[in-house]
Amino acid sequence: MAECHPVGFQWVMEAKLRGAKIIHVDPRFTRTSAVADLHVPLRAGTDIAFLGGIVNYIIEHRRWFDEYVRRYTNAEVIIDERYADTEDLDGFFSGWNPESRSYDPTSWQYDGMETFSAGGQREEGAILGEAAHYAQGGQLQGGEPPNIDPTLEHPRCVFQLLKRHYARYTPEAVEEITGVPREVFIEVAESLCDNSGRERTSAFCYAVGWTQHSVGVQYIRTAAIVQLLLGNIGRPGGGILALRGHTSIQGSTDIPTLYNILPGYIPMPHSHSHQNLAEFIDNNSAATGYWGHMDAYMTSLLKAWWGDTATAQNDYCFDYMPRITGDHSVYQQILKMRDGEVEGFFVMGENPAVGSANSKLHRLAMAELKWLVVRDTSITESASFWKDGPEIETGELRAQDIETEIFFLPAASHVEKAGSFTNTQRLLQWREQAVEPPGDCRSELWFMYHLIRRIREKLAESTEARDRPILDLTWNYPTQGPHDDPDPESVVAEINGWDADGKPLSAYTQLKADGSTACGCWIYCGWYADGVNQAARRKPGSEQSWVAPEWGWAWPANRRILYNRASADPDGNPWSERKRYVWWDAEQGKWTGHDVPDFKPDTSPDYRPAEGATAEDAIRGDKPFIMQADGRGWLFVPSGLTDGPLPTHFEPHESPFPNPLYGQAANPARQQFPRPDNPSNPTFGEPGTEVFPYVMTTYRLTEHHTAGGMSRVVPHLSELQPEFFCEVSPELAAERGLQHGGWATIVSSRSAIEARVLVTERIRPLRIGSDPARTVHQVGLPYHWGTRGLRTGDSANDLFPLVLDPNVHIQEVKAATCDIRPGRRPRGAQLLELVDDYRRRMQGEAA
Amino acid sequence: MQLTLHRSAAPYPPERQRPRVGFFTDTSICIGCKACEVACKEWNNVPADDCGFSGDSYDNTLALGADTWRHVAFIEQRRPLGLREEPGTSLVQEAAAGQLGADGELPVHEDAGFRWLMSSDVCKHCTEAACLEVCPTGSLFRTEFGTVVVQEDVCNGCGYCIPACPFGVIDQRKDDGRAWKCTLCYDRLRDDMEPACAQACPTKSIQFGELEELRARAERRVEQLRGAGEPGAQLYGADPQNGVGGTGAFFLLLDEPETYGLPPDPVDTTRDLTEIWQTAALAGAMLVAGSVLALIGSRR
Repeated sequence: MAECHPVGFQWVMEAKLRGAKIIHVDPRFTRTSAVADLHVPLRAGTDIAFLGGIVNYIIEHRRWFDEYVRRYTNAEVIIDERYADTEDLDGFFSGWNPESRSYDPTSWQYDGMETFSAGGQREEGAILGEAAHYAQGGQLQGGEPPNIDPTLEHPRCVFQLLKRHYARYTPEAVEEITGVPREVFIEVAESLCDNSGRERTSAFCYAVGWTQHSVGVQYIRTAAIVQLLLGNIGRPGGGILALRGHTSIQGSTDIPTLYNILPGYIPMPHSHSHQNLAEFIDNNSAATGYWGHMDAYMTSLLKAWWGDTATAQNDYCFDYMPRITGDHSVYQQILKMRDGEVEGFFVMGENPAVGSANSKLHRLAMAELKWLVVRDTSITESASFWKDGPEIETGELRAQDIETEIFFLPAASHVEKAGSFTNTQRLLQWREQAVEPPGDCRSELWFMYHLIRRIREKLAESTEARDRPILDLTWNYPTQGPHDDPDPESVVAEINGWDADGKPLSAYTQLKADGSTACGCWIYCGWYADGVNQAARRKPGSEQSWVAPEWGWAWPANRRILYNRASADPDGNPWSERKRYVWWDAEQGKWTGHDVPDFKPDTSPDYRPAEGATAEDAIRGDKPFIMQADGRGWLFVPSGLTDGPLPTHFEPHESPFPNPLYGQAANPARQQFPRPDNPSNPTFGEPGTEVFPYVMTTYRLTEHHTAGGMSRVVPHLSELQPEFFCEVSPELAAERGLQHGGWATIVSSRSAIEARVLVTERIRPLRIGSDPARTVHQVGLPYHWGTRGLRTGDSANDLFPLVLDPNVHIQEVKAATCDIRPGRRPRGAQLLELVDDYRRRMQGEAA
Repeated sequence: MQLTLHRSAAPYPPERQRPRVGFFTDTSICIGCKACEVACKEWNNVPADDCGFSGDSYDNTLALGADTWRHVAFIEQRRPLGLREEPGTSLVQEAAAGQLGADGELPVHEDAGFRWLMSSDVCKHCTEAACLEVCPTGSLFRTEFGTVVVQEDVCNGCGYCIPACPFGVIDQRKDDGRAWKCTLCYDRLRDDMEPACAQACPTKSIQFGELEELRARAERRVEQLRGAGEPGAQLYGADPQNGVGGTGAFFLLLDEPETYGLPPDPVDTTRDLTEIWQTAALAGAMLVAGSVLALIGSRR
């Protein structure tokens, strides 16, 4: 975190000064480790074993927060009798379909609960991850699932399933898999338990070191289980904080740049199954919990986009909404591009030629396009691969053969445009424009506004029905300044929404399904309350309460901690004075506290829903997780995940080690694309594993920004880390004859790259396995370099396979295998010969 | 005979004199982000000084110089754990010497005893500033804030100040010949703003303020760290009795100054200059007197 989020890390340092214990779990020793109380290096790709070990430790030593777990989680819920665990099926859950390589999650449901959707719909949702962002549910009775066991003893209740699932994640198993000595592991588990409970809380911070795995979503899930067991969700000082890869990545998920969700995590309609609005709402919203109002959220979104054209008679223009037909995630598009099935590509604020797994494949794919638009602050490798990419050097591409027409559009930087950042706490902070962008540089807002405006002008005479969605869009943002920049606050106003009289809304609870309200993103409703940009508030912390509600604005409803009903006990009293946050005021008959309570304000702790209650009225007064259909924190996830209801340790797609827990080594549901331009290194058990004996992982350095487009061109940053280097332990340097300060060539079956060698004790070999344990060496690769900028270098991501997490389609670039050898790599076509030689060797042919 | 050196006394009338300010750099909370280096260069328009890949941990700017006014040192340190182990012989050095694993099985080292120290160095703004004393043009001067600043439009590039600095801070820029160093953001101070590096520091490792207050704060922090099991915690430069009369920019270190590349006992190189000149003058006078006496004697 100090390495990649130094500004946010100031709060960790402040916590440390106030006595907090900082534990850093990371394969490499970073700037964070340098100031942490404890650094725990582990083998890349084994965090679920580590966290699962903590789950087991908590249960084994009876350290869970008993009342919290019993009353606030689904621990007591009994699961369908058809459910079978990875313990029963050697690494698979029930419902596995080997042909489609996917799960039917029907058997993961709550027992006796009418499942939410028909099989086909659910299958589609499961495969596409459509359901991943919200909770589906069925019928509750008095707020309870039909079959529960409050004693937590029923063998099929969630608590017992959890206990059994993690029973073999012992400190010994953790040591064997992760390389963390058991006494160090126990110190971590003890520290977490000691610092959780009524009086204390602990927080997890993570970044892409957790997400960029073929089982990435389940990493976070394991942390969620730990935090629910310890009672660290919804309470001050607790939580799981996602430190995103760029500024406002949180914002770009809330109002998404993703193909499968609409603003506010409403799923994108499918072409065949969602014929009309009612059916879409019915198929995608739970009857209970706050998702019970999806009709209001969706109708308001349609009203925001199509204004007066959207009426009850035309289903609020639901037919105008684009439909998806399958997995259209970016990597799928890249493969289609490579195969000539995609003609055009917009690249905005991204540099796939450097940043994506198997970036060579991405460059080759872009060379197949008819047209490519790159918008960035500098000409990145994604715009220049046709003349200076590595494939030009090897002769695989020739500039004169590439027919792609490439448009480079210079972008305004963050100081050259106004707008908002949404951070990990869902806090929106407004940013003023400091200077006018130079030359032709323009903001994204300018670009999108004028692009659509021009398209609308071109279509103005059209009578085609297919053009109506564009022509009927509300696209009347006022413009200002010398370049006709749209007023960003007018966009904020639309996102916030207004009532039938055009008056700004102040809370999403005001949204209606009758077309009388418009709102561009329901969770952001309130951002522009009273016509004031609430995100621009900057009242100093010293002039307000410690929660600082008047600094910026947090979604939803300016709430700083989600599910904060959990900061009070079931009766509505704070768990402790020390951790007092939100509580029930019996005299006034409402929830109150330091933050905006995340609960229906007048629902008392002893409220029990009547038969047939819907939405939030179906949630009991003692169930804080109001977005879940049952109001509970889910230790066990009955639906919404594609690869299992409980996180399970799987080896990375490429691993030099077996999975000692299950016969199935890697996540069976991971997305793989085996093809000649995306080969995999042999994994343990396959012939040729010894050809790639080392583990490699990628990461960032403080001095650079991701794929380097914003930092390699800045002299004052570039000089601080001028060259691509690899970090290796002294032991590996000795084993392979690598010279400190010299060069190394790192090879996978995708490509070979060269890097300067930094021999450092910050990289530690680990002992993995038992009888006998083997030493594993890890090679650390900062991935910031490419062929452009003040300082150039090879790109680490060229080495990685394109293998994805099945829930969110993120690439696995935090753990794969490689070889490393001293000296620089061959030039030109000889580079290909070297890689071919390795491929032959891994296939068992003589070199 | 009396030689006058323009020693530290600031020639400001009371109404212009301001409280002396400085930096307290608490290296125990430095995270090595180098925001100070970048902010300094951006604000003061200091050119990049691309030295290339150094291999010296994450330090690629290497030292303070004409083009680096804040410099973050990175020290990967293995402290001796037992009696047999000598400090300084790291596995990296063994590997480089080809000795690692020479006797069979390679070791697997552990974190215990390993640490990564980071420290942001800067001009010390000495109470007794030799650079200023030797400057023949008056380009180097003491400001009303008690800081030491080079006036770039006065400096003639004679370079006397460079060997005079006991810390090796001030330096000549290659392409223009003039001497450059930290101004403690004199321009910002005059506008009641804190220096750029201190403002950019995310963890408040670099603290700017009135020197007396900073020194008191630093004393408390050292006590706190020693109590928390950091026996090596010590202040560097804060003592007004040291060889430069105390520095305006001082540091809290977790190890001996040498570990960070700082001189352990810096002395104002002009401190003895008066005495030296007086002795030289006396010797000269005696020589003259002797010669005269000899001459008188020989004429007899």
